[in-house]
Amino acid sequence: MAAAAAPGPGLGSGPGDSPEGPETEAPERRRKAHGMLKLYYGLSEGEAAGYPAGPDPLDPTDLNGAHFDPEVYLDKLRRECPLAQLMDSETDMVRQIRALDSDMQTLVYENYNKFISATDTIRKMKNDFRKMEDEMDRLATNMAVITNFSARISATLQDRHERITKLAGVHALLRKLQFLFELPSRLTKCVELGAYGQAVRYQSRARAVLQQYQHLPSFRAIQDDCQVITAGLAQQLRQRFRPGCSVHRAPEQAECVELLLALGEPAEELCQEFLAHARGRLEEELSSLETDLGPSPPAPDVLEFTDRGGNGFVGGLCQVAAAYQELFAAQGPAGAEKLAVFARELGGRYFALVERRLAQEQGGSDNSLLVRALDRFHRRLRAPGALLATAGLSEASTEIVERVARERLGHHLQGLKAAFLGCLTDVRQALAAPRLAGKEGPSLAELLANVASSILSHIKASLAAVHLFTAKEVSFSNKSYFRGEFCSQGVREGLIVGFIRSMCQTAQSFCDSPGEKGGATPPALLLLLSRLCLDYETATISYILTLTDEQFLVQDPSPVTPVSTLCAEARETARKLLTHYVKVQGLVISQMLRKSVETRDWLSTLEPRNVRAVMKRVVEDTTAIDVQVGLLYEEGVRKAQSSDSSKRTFSVYSSSRQQGRYAPSYTPSAPMDTNLLSNIQKLFSERIDVFSPVEFNKVSVLTGIIKISLKTLLECVRLRTFGRFGLQQVQVDCHFLQLYLWRFVADEELVHLLLDEVVASAALRCPDPVPMEPSVVEVICERG
Amino acid sequence: MEDDAPVIYGLEFQARALTPQTAETDAIRFLVGTQSLKYDNQIHIIDFDDENNLINKNVLLHQVGEIWHMSASPSDKGVLATCYNKTSDSRVQTCAAVWRMPKELESGSHESPDDSASTAQTLELLCHLDNGAHGNVACVTWEPMGDGKKVISLADNHILLWDLQESSSQAVLASSAALEGKGQLKFTAGRWSPHHNCTQVATANDTTLRGWDTRSMSQIYCIENAHGQLVRDLDFNPNKQYYLASCGDDCRVKFWDTRNVTEPVKTLEEHSHWVWSVRYNHSHDQLVLTGSSDSRVILSNMVSISSEPFGHLVDDDDVSDPEEHHTDEKSKEPLQDNVIATYEEHEDSVYAVDWASADPWLFASLSYDGRLVINRVPRALKYHILL
Repeated sequence: MAAAAAPGPGLGSGPGDSPEGPETEAPERRRKAHGMLKLYYGLSEGEAAGYPAGPDPLDPTDLNGAHFDPEVYLDKLRRECPLAQLMDSETDMVRQIRALDSDMQTLVYENYNKFISATDTIRKMKNDFRKMEDEMDRLATNMAVITNFSARISATLQDRHERITKLAGVHALLRKLQFLFELPSRLTKCVELGAYGQAVRYQSRARAVLQQYQHLPSFRAIQDDCQVITAGLAQQLRQRFRPGCSVHRAPEQAECVELLLALGEPAEELCQEFLAHARGRLEEELSSLETDLGPSPPAPDVLEFTDRGGNGFVGGLCQVAAAYQELFAAQGPAGAEKLAVFARELGGRYFALVERRLAQEQGGSDNSLLVRALDRFHRRLRAPGALLATAGLSEASTEIVERVARERLGHHLQGLKAAFLGCLTDVRQALAAPRLAGKEGPSLAELLANVASSILSHIKASLAAVHLFTAKEVSFSNKSYFRGEFCSQGVREGLIVGFIRSMCQTAQSFCDSPGEKGGATPPALLLLLSRLCLDYETATISYILTLTDEQFLVQDPSPVTPVSTLCAEARETARKLLTHYVKVQGLVISQMLRKSVETRDWLSTLEPRNVRAVMKRVVEDTTAIDVQVGLLYEEGVRKAQSSDSSKRTFSVYSSSRQQGRYAPSYTPSAPMDTNLLSNIQKLFSERIDVFSPVEFNKVSVLTGIIKISLKTLLECVRLRTFGRFGLQQVQVDCHFLQLYLWRFVADEELVHLLLDEVVASAALRCPDPVPMEPSVVEVICERG
Repeated sequence: MEDDAPVIYGLEFQARALTPQTAETDAIRFLVGTQSLKYDNQIHIIDFDDENNLINKNVLLHQVGEIWHMSASPSDKGVLATCYNKTSDSRVQTCAAVWRMPKELESGSHESPDDSASTAQTLELLCHLDNGAHGNVACVTWEPMGDGKKVISLADNHILLWDLQESSSQAVLASSAALEGKGQLKFTAGRWSPHHNCTQVATANDTTLRGWDTRSMSQIYCIENAHGQLVRDLDFNPNKQYYLASCGDDCRVKFWDTRNVTEPVKTLEEHSHWVWSVRYNHSHDQLVLTGSSDSRVILSNMVSISSEPFGHLVDDDDVSDPEEHHTDEKSKEPLQDNVIATYEEHEDSVYAVDWASADPWLFASLSYDGRLVINRVPRALKYHILL
């Protein structure tokens, strides 16, 4: 049992116990075989163990460890384990050994099979390679043959190829040379044919080459030839370019210059010459314009003139400028400056011509033509203006247009004034005519209407004419001047207000005429003018100004004359004229009365039988004036009075009042009484302002005239001495005047007063005052 | 500083003739001549007592006729010349004579206004200036600076220079000239210029002003159409030798420089009827007085054409009281010509105005109804001119 027991633990401790022998040998072998495989697969021993890190690789008790020591293991088992466990270990170990053996066997078999098949494959490969090697050898020989052939062929062709290349080079060279050799003749031909462009192209192509090879004598000759020809060409081109030559068109010129530039001519000089030539041409244009202008009235109208100028000069200038800028762009700002100077100078001369022409147009009446001409002028100048901004052509042209517009306004103002004066002349003639013809001419009212409408139509015509300047389609109408100042200061203030003012002034000048004695101005004209001014004040001025403001939408902020100021001026004028009219008419009647009083011998006059003719004349004239004024002015207001009062009033006047008036003076009681009475009476009567301002109505006008006349009569009577009959004559005359004059005045009391005073003064100036019986006075007056 | 109220004196008769007693330099005295066809005409000697604002009058009878014009001798207080109407049957003739007033009235010492009517004295006739050969006399004017021996009278179209001899008792016609022309020419007014050694006289006829040289009795200048209508009166600027004022029926007063007769220097148009009389102030020629038949008297300040165009020196005021700025302004004001005052005391036409000879701030005006008004230059203006 010991044996039995022994193997137990021996079993348990691994194969080292009972199968000790084989068991200790086997791992050796195995280890060997293992090592070989490892070697075969190129693995290191450690790695082949497959246990990277056991609990302790050096642990001798680890069955799978590399340092396993069966003795130690067995000892350990025997010491530690009970029997059963040893038994179990032994069986387990046996089973494991068997499994390992079978595994080993399987592996060996498998490996063997693989060896055999590998050997087979290698043998087969050996055969195949041998075949392939043969073919490769054949290929190599073939290739060698081919190489050989090819080398032989190229060796043969080499020579020819080189020759061909050489030949081609020679050919090209020859062609170039041919071109060069032919160049002079070609150039000549081109020059002959006039194909200058072609010639210049040839020349420019050849130039570099010739330059390069000029050390060769033949080339040198060619170059010399070419230079000669080129010089000729340049000469010819310049010739074409000079003034007096047939070529005058700017494009060709430009072409010439371009060619010359291409020929390498100095740009500076060319530029100078180009401008000089352009100047010549433009000057020709200008001088042709100037001949159009001529000293005599110009044949072409202004439109044609500006057209010509526009086409000829401005067009030319445009072309020159465009060509210049194209050609001499390289010149930089200096060149541009030169052009600007050029343009400025010639433009200035052109403007001067245009202005002269326009000045000739100032007298003309056709505004539309002028405006169109200006429009063209201005429009044409926009192109060069844009091209040559620095030359300031555009601005200058605008200035000219503005100036013309201003002058035009002045012209229209003159025209209006002239028209007004013309109207006045017409009126004068119309006023003078009927007297000669002895029949009724047009009435004052008609004349007034004629004058008013004629002036108004003139104003409208002028407005329409100047309105053309602001028309939308006109190129300069959107300039600020025409939008603002022209409308407000020019048209409204200058033309319309200016005209109305001048009209007032003209009218007023009639008041100050030195020849007050006669009537250099017919009184009717004064009356008519006064009414005209009054009409202006009431309606026409505001109408005209409204019309103007509507037509010319005034946007200018500068102040304008208000309507009210103008109206006030017109009213003042009307008042002055009417006052003057009263003075003039009063003077006419005054003179009559004065002469009649001064020239008569009042002391030795006979007893009155009649009213003196001069008094009848006075009444007639007054009636005529009444009719005349009535044509233009309204009746006016009288002081209230009964309509049929004339007779009665007068009888009262002549009998009771007149009696009461100077009855005391007949009695030689006291000299005081007369004065006392007249003074007392004066206390109660208002002071009479003789030359007082009048109002705008008929009654006021006639009152003024009658006042002046009667006051004159009074003063004249006071300077004379009367006889008895002289006094009576005055009495009769005054009565007569009283009878007829009361109806014209606003306040008949006034006539009474003045006439009373006349008679009273006459009585005072009479050493022997015996008045006539009032009834007799009445009879005489009614008879005469 | 109220201005004194005007002093009014009434005559019984119509009157046109007024003159200051030119030779009197102490008392303010005016002579007024009446116009009456039915009664004896009178010359009133009006003494004005400036301090008491009182008037003393003396009446002299002028029996030969109504007085149209009157002028006092510049050298003899008692001598005066009148133009008067002589009416006979059916003829009226205007004559001129030189008179002497009674000695005791020369200096106006007479103190009995109450009984003056009863004791009215008569003028002593010295000589007649016209024998009627030359027509109606329009005015008489004395040589302004001389010894009162030379008188010019204007008769119709004749200008007559008289020499008064033997203490004015005899008038010898020294020289004369006649105005030739179309129609009946008649002088209306004349003045003897105080300048040029008293060798110039200016006359007016119709609308024309003429200057005459008294030595040769030839025309020096002629202003045609000086006025639109008849020229009524004229006067010389006492301080500016070429300046002359005229007035007329065109209601205007015009100032002339006789060296340029085409245009008046200045024209005034303030009156509303004929201007009958114009007078320069004797001392301050910017003050111009005019009377018109619109019953107004107007005193104008014509500084711009006077001999004192800038008034007095401004510096005086500035130095004395620089803080008073209004004085400066005032002194600049007179540069503008303006109407100083319009006097409306008259009810009838004013035919004559004149300055007092003794007091440059006092003047009289006479209207047809016989009212004499004595006025003063407003004090403010007076002080303004003086200071």
